[in-house]
Amino acid sequence: MSPEKNENAAVNPMPDGSAGADYMSEKETGHEAILTACHVTKQFPASGGRTLKACNDINLTVYRGRTLGIVGESGCGKSTFVKMIVQMFQPTEGQILFDGKDITKLKGEELRQSRKKIQMVFQDPAAAFSPKMKIIDIVTEPLMNFKLIKRSEREAKAKELLRMVELPEDFIYRYPHNMSGGQRQRVGIARALALEPEIIVCDEATSALDVSVQDRIIELLVKLQKEKGISFVFICHDMALVQSFAHQLAVMYLGNIVEVLSGSEVATNAQHPYTQAMLGAIFSTKMDFTKKIESIESEAPSPVDAPPGCPFQNRCDRCMEICKKEKPSLKTIGKGHEVACHLF
Amino acid sequence: MDLLNIQDISVKYGKNPKPTIEHFNLDMKEGEVVSVVGESGSGKTTVIRAVLGLLPGGGQVTDGDILFEGRSLLKLSKNEWRDLRGSKVSMIFQDSGAMINPIRKIGAQYVEYIRTHEKISKKDAFDKGVEMLERMRLPDGRNIMNSYPFQLSGGMRQRVGIAMAMTFSPKLLLADEPTSALDVTTQAQIVRQIMELRDQFGTSVIIVTHNIGVAAYMADQLVVMQYGKVVDRGTRDDVMKHPTNDYTKNLLAAVPEMEGKRYVS
Repeated sequence: MSPEKNENAAVNPMPDGSAGADYMSEKETGHEAILTACHVTKQFPASGGRTLKACNDINLTVYRGRTLGIVGESGCGKSTFVKMIVQMFQPTEGQILFDGKDITKLKGEELRQSRKKIQMVFQDPAAAFSPKMKIIDIVTEPLMNFKLIKRSEREAKAKELLRMVELPEDFIYRYPHNMSGGQRQRVGIARALALEPEIIVCDEATSALDVSVQDRIIELLVKLQKEKGISFVFICHDMALVQSFAHQLAVMYLGNIVEVLSGSEVATNAQHPYTQAMLGAIFSTKMDFTKKIESIESEAPSPVDAPPGCPFQNRCDRCMEICKKEKPSLKTIGKGHEVACHLF
Repeated sequence: MDLLNIQDISVKYGKNPKPTIEHFNLDMKEGEVVSVVGESGSGKTTVIRAVLGLLPGGGQVTDGDILFEGRSLLKLSKNEWRDLRGSKVSMIFQDSGAMINPIRKIGAQYVEYIRTHEKISKKDAFDKGVEMLERMRLPDGRNIMNSYPFQLSGGMRQRVGIAMAMTFSPKLLLADEPTSALDVTTQAQIVRQIMELRDQFGTSVIIVTHNIGVAAYMADQLVVMQYGKVVDRGTRDDVMKHPTNDYTKNLLAAVPEMEGKRYVS
């Protein structure tokens, strides 16, 4: 274990098993932790014998019936992280506890069964379905795979799922290409709902949609969450959108979590220089149009050669000596508010 | 005299009897920025493609006229188009990476582009390319000229696209979703850069985007389109602060805002 790791462990005492979950659940009192990522690291081999650290020591908790939003620029590792949650990737190090059980070590039938609990909605609804399957086959395929319904029950079940996502029932005999983008994304959500999962992971699920459609999809997700108590992990690069419905928001930069805070506080109380830079770069319909838009000039370095010390140091206008040497770990600075920055 | 007049044009694709855009009008002066917003399928891209004479797949202007510096663009010959495109009118695409040949270095393509429009030596063309890249705030232009497109990030590729488009200081720059594929911080950089082009070169810009915040920030004139028709237009303040049309109102209401509507408590 590297020294940097030990430090983190000191600040975030998250031992294995339930103790970790207990610690995390204190942060959002009254909410039960359902999934906890403990020190999750994912490395990929890169050219020239180097390694690419896509996720670096990530600690995050998903609470039952709540939404965890993850924002960050492309290449920051947010998709890699959720792919580990849905077990498409195995972490290099660390654990992912779901209901107190480490799901990263599961194999065979146990692994297959555990997938029922965590489902995913993808970014591009046009690419997420086989173009030759009808909607009825698409939304009931997960149920058929797990032998939860008989063939004769398919039609009724498919109609029920479409009703849930507010699509007309007669859509079950359509093909994906006969539907608009928003309708297709609803089918994607219906398919994710089929197995009655406890967590739904949405990877940029609204990014390919127009704003008015996006608005209605979010309303649908929030409604489903209230009815069924589903937890969402929602990746998004649109900070303004994700803060509007996330209970908890994690900001990622170059494989690291730099800030975790409550969704309602993002606009007023974001502290990390990177979070503030992202907020400053948002174009809003209500902004002062005569003011010059602020933005950091440089671009994020490649994760293959991330700088030593703080990952954000070379773009930060408040960079200090210590930032170049020592990597800041997440510190709690308020209720449910953690920042990884030497300023705090 | 106006720089560009689009007079009541309609565009049809192939045998489709319904026009993709109907009765579109636009007058713009030199140094003006016009933003065209609308959702997918509203015909906003078709408008600027028509201006550059690049309608894909059997698209044609069936009615009206497009005048650039008082001259109709619809009757130009191939050679006349070649003089105009890339030197007086140029375009930035959503993903400049897709416009650049992936198996040739940036430099080779840039030099070829410059030499198609101007009689200069390869070396001078290369230097001119380097200069333009550095003016677009790309560090180490020489290094970029010697890179392949995949070696550059999305933001850098977009800057290369802008540098190429601005090489001959065009009078009119058409930008089709120039920031949609970029991260927010990079988007802000690119937007600022396009605005600086206007200040430095006096370039007029038509920007097509679905990001209403970006459109409003850049616009002198704002045009809102739906189903191929203009539903709302005017100065930025007219459209943003006093929208008259219901569609515009709904569109503005749907844009997520910081400290705006919250879906959960």
